[in-house]
Amino acid sequence: MKKYTDTGKKDTRSGFGDGLTELGRKNKDVVALCADLTGSLKMDEFKENHPERFFQIGIAEANMIGIAAGLTIGGKIPFTGTFANFSTGRVYDQIRQSVAYSGKNVKICASHAGITLGEDGATHQILEDIGLMKMLPGMTVINTCDYNQTKAATIAIADYEGPVYLRFGRPKVANFTPADQNFQIGKALQLQEGTDVTIIATGHLVWEALQAAETLNQNGITADVINIHTIKPLDDEAILKSVKKTGCVVTAEEHNFLGGLGESVARVLSTNHPAPQEFIATQDTFGESGTPEQLMDKYGLNASAIVNAVKKVIARK
Amino acid sequence: MADYKALEDLVVQVRRDILRQVHKVNSGHPGGSLGCTEFFVALYNELMERNESFTMDGIGEDLFFLSNGHISPVFYSVLARAGYFPVEELNTFRLLNSRLQGHPTTHEGLPGIRIASGSLGQGISVSIGAALAKKLNRDKHIIYTLCGDGELQEGQNWEAIMYAAGNNVDNLIVTVDLNGQQIDGSTNNVLPMGNVKAKFEAFGWEVMDIEKGNDLKAIVTGMQKAKEKTGNGKPVCVLLHTVMGNGVDFMMHTHDWHGKAPNDQQLETALSQNPVTLGDY
Repeated sequence: MKKYTDTGKKDTRSGFGDGLTELGRKNKDVVALCADLTGSLKMDEFKENHPERFFQIGIAEANMIGIAAGLTIGGKIPFTGTFANFSTGRVYDQIRQSVAYSGKNVKICASHAGITLGEDGATHQILEDIGLMKMLPGMTVINTCDYNQTKAATIAIADYEGPVYLRFGRPKVANFTPADQNFQIGKALQLQEGTDVTIIATGHLVWEALQAAETLNQNGITADVINIHTIKPLDDEAILKSVKKTGCVVTAEEHNFLGGLGESVARVLSTNHPAPQEFIATQDTFGESGTPEQLMDKYGLNASAIVNAVKKVIARK
Repeated sequence: MADYKALEDLVVQVRRDILRQVHKVNSGHPGGSLGCTEFFVALYNELMERNESFTMDGIGEDLFFLSNGHISPVFYSVLARAGYFPVEELNTFRLLNSRLQGHPTTHEGLPGIRIASGSLGQGISVSIGAALAKKLNRDKHIIYTLCGDGELQEGQNWEAIMYAAGNNVDNLIVTVDLNGQQIDGSTNNVLPMGNVKAKFEAFGWEVMDIEKGNDLKAIVTGMQKAKEKTGNGKPVCVLLHTVMGNGVDFMMHTHDWHGKAPNDQQLETALSQNPVTLGDY
């Protein structure tokens, strides 16, 4: 088994902030917009370094998306920053018409996604955003797993022409992917090799999947672990290659099982290579207040839940 | 000095284009289109500084954004007659595989269009973004925007109106088509908006009226004044008092023709009131 080491817990939103800082130095066309959450999104350094390229919009997310769309018309590459809930559901029509349908080069960067936002509770814990964004024609959807990957993704999407939804989170989590990684949109990453089951995870669940694979290995079960940072376009080839080998799959995500990564994987399998699948995801429910760890445990979004799902799916082969 | 005879001829021809487009497909929005015909003709042929060829970034020229996208018939006609695409293409309005979609879009690559519009209330925000980009690019040109009066009922407008004043977006002229009508009736009956002028002023905009919003000279003179007011720290709002359905007697002063096409007989009557000037497409 490959060994992955947590080099020190860090929040993915800081990966975004540091990536944006680097972009500010490297690319003069990059501009940033924020709806009164500059500190939470870790955009302070960009703001300090480039005040003329930073736009404080105030608590007006619809206007922020429209302004971002307009900025692209003058050749700018706008990065909008707010919580995932206010980056998607609140501004769906603005994204749909002014960004996606208009084909504008806007990067919608969303922090505090999912249930690990924690104590603020369900009003802020969006578990539907991946579904909302992946349904928009032409939208690229990325959900990164740790600080290093979020920083790399932030820098990479500036070079990609087209609308992108970049999803990350609030809590400090394991940082285990390489600092010098070459982030390729749409390219799945194989983290472990195995023959009994494929575990496909995204975001905070990737680290949990690695922990689960270790436990399974101790019980004689070997798993392919695939890190899907890009949910759309999905790396069909990597998924099929693995499932053709293992014959079953567990998908894991911090999102509703309706509309998330799991459904996208199910579509790929059902049209190409049907196989048993179990879904680690929230079960069509809202979240609630609590610590991230408590919530991940209560809603079945951790390594032990993945281990149980693997046992179940292998029995269905 | 503007050649008002030429502009007037173009206005009449654009009216014919609008009527014939919506009649052919028995759908579309003639009322608001006719009400803004003089404004569009003046804007594209007298007021805006425009580059010869169309580029999406529009660097080095004035830009126009239509927020109330449903008045696409007038937009398409004026763009075609300004040379952005062949006038014959007006024949394809709202047809399958056309670049002239029911509401304007960049999706089909129609020259002259820089953003999709139709879902209301988004145009001022987009225009602010384009205006900010102009400032970053040290481009002294102006962003023109048109929105409907009923459209101001959408809350996003007021986010944008607050932002533009608070951030001195002074290379922006937003014109409100103040015709007092919307789909379900008069704006006063559907959702009274009170004093629109006072509202814009209270938000910190420079506001002026063009009382004769269907008079070419009044529009050209008024908009030139509006242009003089740009660059002084405030966004500029022009309240354009228009008559919906202007130029066709039975379509005027009513919301009935907001989204309804004329039948054969009505088309004939309407066209007879606007005899050919430059030639039909």
